[in-house]
Amino acid sequence: MLETEGALSPTNGGPKIGVYVCHCGLNIAGKVDVEAVVEFASTLPAVAVARDYKFMCSDPGQELIEKDLREGLVNRVVVASCSPLMHEATFRRATAEGGQSPFYFQMASIREHVSWVTADGHEATDKAKALVAAAVRRVALHEYLEPRKAEVRPDVLVVGGGIAGISAALTLAEAGKHVYLVERETTIGGHMAKFDKTFPTLDCSACILTPKMSAVRSHPNITLWTYSDVVAVEGFTGDFTVRVRHRPRYVIEELCTGCLECIEKCIHKQGKFDDEWNEGLSKRKPIYIPFPQATPPVVVVDPDTCIWFKTGKCPQTCIEACERDAFDFAQTETFDEIKVGAIILGTGFKTFDASKMPEYGYGRYPNVYTSLEVERLLNAAGPTGGEVVLRDGTRPKVVGIIHCVGSRDAKHNVWCSKVCCMYSLKLAHIVKERIGAEVYNFYIDMRTPGKGYEEFYDKILKEGVHMVRGRVAGVTDEAASPEEEGHLVIRAEDTLIGSVRRIPVDMVILAVGLEPRPDAQDVRRLFNISCGGEGWFTERHPKLAPVSTFTDGVFLAGACQGPKDIPDTVAQAGAAAAEVLAMVDRGYVMLEANTAHIDEATCSGCKTCVGLCPFGAISFDEERKKASVNEVVCKGCGICVGACPSGAAQQHLFTDEEIFAEIEGVLAYV
Amino acid sequence: MSARTYTYYPGCSAKGVGRGFTESLEAVFEHLGAGLEELEDWNCCGATAWPSVDEDQAFALSARNLALAEDRVPDAGPVDVLASCTGCYRALLKTERALAGPGPTADKIGGALAAIGLDYEGRARVRHPIDILVNEIGLDRVSAAVVRPLTGLKVACYYGCLLVRPFATFDDQYDPTSMDRLVRAVGAEPIEWPLKTRCCGGSCYCGGPVIGAMPEATMQLSYALLREATKRGADMIATICPLCQFNLEGFQDRMSRRFGRPLDIPAVFISQLLGVAFGIDEERLGIQRLMRWRLPEPAAVGASAPAGGGGDARD
Repeated sequence: MLETEGALSPTNGGPKIGVYVCHCGLNIAGKVDVEAVVEFASTLPAVAVARDYKFMCSDPGQELIEKDLREGLVNRVVVASCSPLMHEATFRRATAEGGQSPFYFQMASIREHVSWVTADGHEATDKAKALVAAAVRRVALHEYLEPRKAEVRPDVLVVGGGIAGISAALTLAEAGKHVYLVERETTIGGHMAKFDKTFPTLDCSACILTPKMSAVRSHPNITLWTYSDVVAVEGFTGDFTVRVRHRPRYVIEELCTGCLECIEKCIHKQGKFDDEWNEGLSKRKPIYIPFPQATPPVVVVDPDTCIWFKTGKCPQTCIEACERDAFDFAQTETFDEIKVGAIILGTGFKTFDASKMPEYGYGRYPNVYTSLEVERLLNAAGPTGGEVVLRDGTRPKVVGIIHCVGSRDAKHNVWCSKVCCMYSLKLAHIVKERIGAEVYNFYIDMRTPGKGYEEFYDKILKEGVHMVRGRVAGVTDEAASPEEEGHLVIRAEDTLIGSVRRIPVDMVILAVGLEPRPDAQDVRRLFNISCGGEGWFTERHPKLAPVSTFTDGVFLAGACQGPKDIPDTVAQAGAAAAEVLAMVDRGYVMLEANTAHIDEATCSGCKTCVGLCPFGAISFDEERKKASVNEVVCKGCGICVGACPSGAAQQHLFTDEEIFAEIEGVLAYV
Repeated sequence: MSARTYTYYPGCSAKGVGRGFTESLEAVFEHLGAGLEELEDWNCCGATAWPSVDEDQAFALSARNLALAEDRVPDAGPVDVLASCTGCYRALLKTERALAGPGPTADKIGGALAAIGLDYEGRARVRHPIDILVNEIGLDRVSAAVVRPLTGLKVACYYGCLLVRPFATFDDQYDPTSMDRLVRAVGAEPIEWPLKTRCCGGSCYCGGPVIGAMPEATMQLSYALLREATKRGADMIATICPLCQFNLEGFQDRMSRRFGRPLDIPAVFISQLLGVAFGIDEERLGIQRLMRWRLPEPAAVGASAPAGGGGDARD
């Protein structure tokens, strides 16, 4: 699995160091006196060349390094520029191109650590000199190391079966990769499967989504696991071992044909329990299927409400009804362990809990709905078969849609949820079209950037939807006049006419915002990625690496990274799939050289390191009483190095001598 | 449970027009085994119009009260200061927060206090008596003290604008429930209504809806509360602010004429209701100061105070 390239040769003779100081336009040169740093560097021991350049990361900048190396002027390189996260790989590559080991390179961060954070120019220049001195002393001690390669497993795990996961999985499968698609719910489809229509084209959501859902199910390269979740992830980029738990449906998936006879014959004659798929607007039986096109079309038994599970006394008419003997009430959780090279997370979002804003009356007034509930009401497969009726069966004549519920709100979520303006316009259109109701939209700002979005807004305006610009203060059933009697009243400031308005309506729709799923922190830990305080997963770079994470081999797609509409989600899923393909098709990843190793002569056999290693990379030879590190498994975390009482554990690129030389470099200048 | 004495800041209203509030609170706390000790030499809280003219001066007034309260408890721990009038409560609480860390405001106010030989260390914790009743004394003790359950009495609990705004320290900002829970604890039934925290107009009248700065606006606001409470079957409105109580109680005849709908609903302090349920003598609760007071049968055993339907203040 591990190979070395072997094309490079150890340096002969003593170190000849080249120091290259970057201006980074004015990012560094605007604060640091670059010429003074170069002049200082040229006086340091073993420095053969010191130069500056406007942009070291540009091709001509890299060429400076390569040329000096090729001509034998230098054999080790220090670049004083940005941070290693930004360009270490760039300059290591340039060093290798010049014919040296890429690890004969050291970076001094004089942008992030100096020019961006130091107010005084003289102080900044002094600090830059100190960091250059440290890097020069350190690089002189670097040992000869060769790059390591690790093989990448070709299979891919996609977590989450919404439109993000579906899109990514299909792209990868079409490219010939085997994909494991793991979905927590009993069906794939996610939020998109609940919507009636999509903006701005108003195409039927199910009509464009369900073909993709069945393509996932029938694709030979996709293993679809619904009602399943990932419980453990081990390994690293290119070679992850993932444990997946399958929850019992009490129905054998391979045997069930989705005929739904069992639901018909259930001892419960009517649905009795809140149907989660319809946001509780209808009732289901203990045995159910979320919606007609559920994928896979397999029923599930809910043990919390099934009489058999609760009392053990039920004639089990469901089993009788099944011609395929698909029932298995003895099912328990099962597990699978898979090995994959890369992971895409498409775990999605949840909508804001409107009951956190009691002023809008959700949960108190039955005619206050969330937008997701209204999506179900409008959906032909929903609780009313697409009829827009209130809970009492009447048709609303006036409907008010309140934007930004839970969003752009210092008390709740400060962010704009991005999709609510557009879906509110869509709901306004559909409600008006279906029942001819007067529709009022209450908005703070209309945000309609996107192809065809502003045109859609314009169309809705022309249809006569009322737009009131101002934040809604509250929804009340207090009637201040006879016209308000028997209605809900929306109280809002209308900032365009400069007055407070009370608008009586029959139905209120709360445009709830998007927020991270409540278990985002658990998922983050499981996959060892990071997320912001609010819980959106953090991309590696907001502009240039929007689908990568700080953990190599783990990628993001869709709203788990931040609020996103369907077009953006699908685009991001495609990007994540492309990143994975680049990795898998290359077949290998380059690994850091900074692994640990144990000097057998000094190892006392205390085993301190063995238990501490988080990667299980250290083994112990009981006969010789010596520990040893498997450098393939070692991730270079340095824990064993810090803990070893005898100093036998050492780490490439982080030897004691290198660290002390670096510290001395700073102190010598100070 | 050990008896505890709280430092009590009454403010001008709860000693003047709303003195029944202070009287009934003192009686109720004593009955529950707690004491209220009036802060000696207290001064204006700095509410009214002052904060919008010169906030620092308003802070200075409040800060003197907080410093005096601190001096009463020399050890280093926090000192609870109870303010009953929600205007005072808000003003003192705002000052507590404004002085909660170092900064130019703290320096300036500190200098003003030093000039009169006072020092504020930041130990004062401004609290409302409702908070203490619900969260410290507890609803169990309140229930246990009831000798005359107010069964059948429907109460519209009116929190007013300032108890939970801008600072919601112990209850929900939009749907507070602590008064409802207290009322239920003494056997009465709180009604569901959407105007719990809607403004009564007290802040824009300063002298009553008849002679105040914006009489029409004030009347509209008060009327909405009275009308809605009546419409939803409330027998009375329970308040926690002298301004709200006065505003809601005092001008019902005038509003009846203005809006063409008869109004006659008592507006009392919640502590007066609790006291009646505890069997405390009505005179000690300041019931005789109310213009309208009646308990529905059969709970109205011995309710002998002035009959309802009194005239308006200054009307």
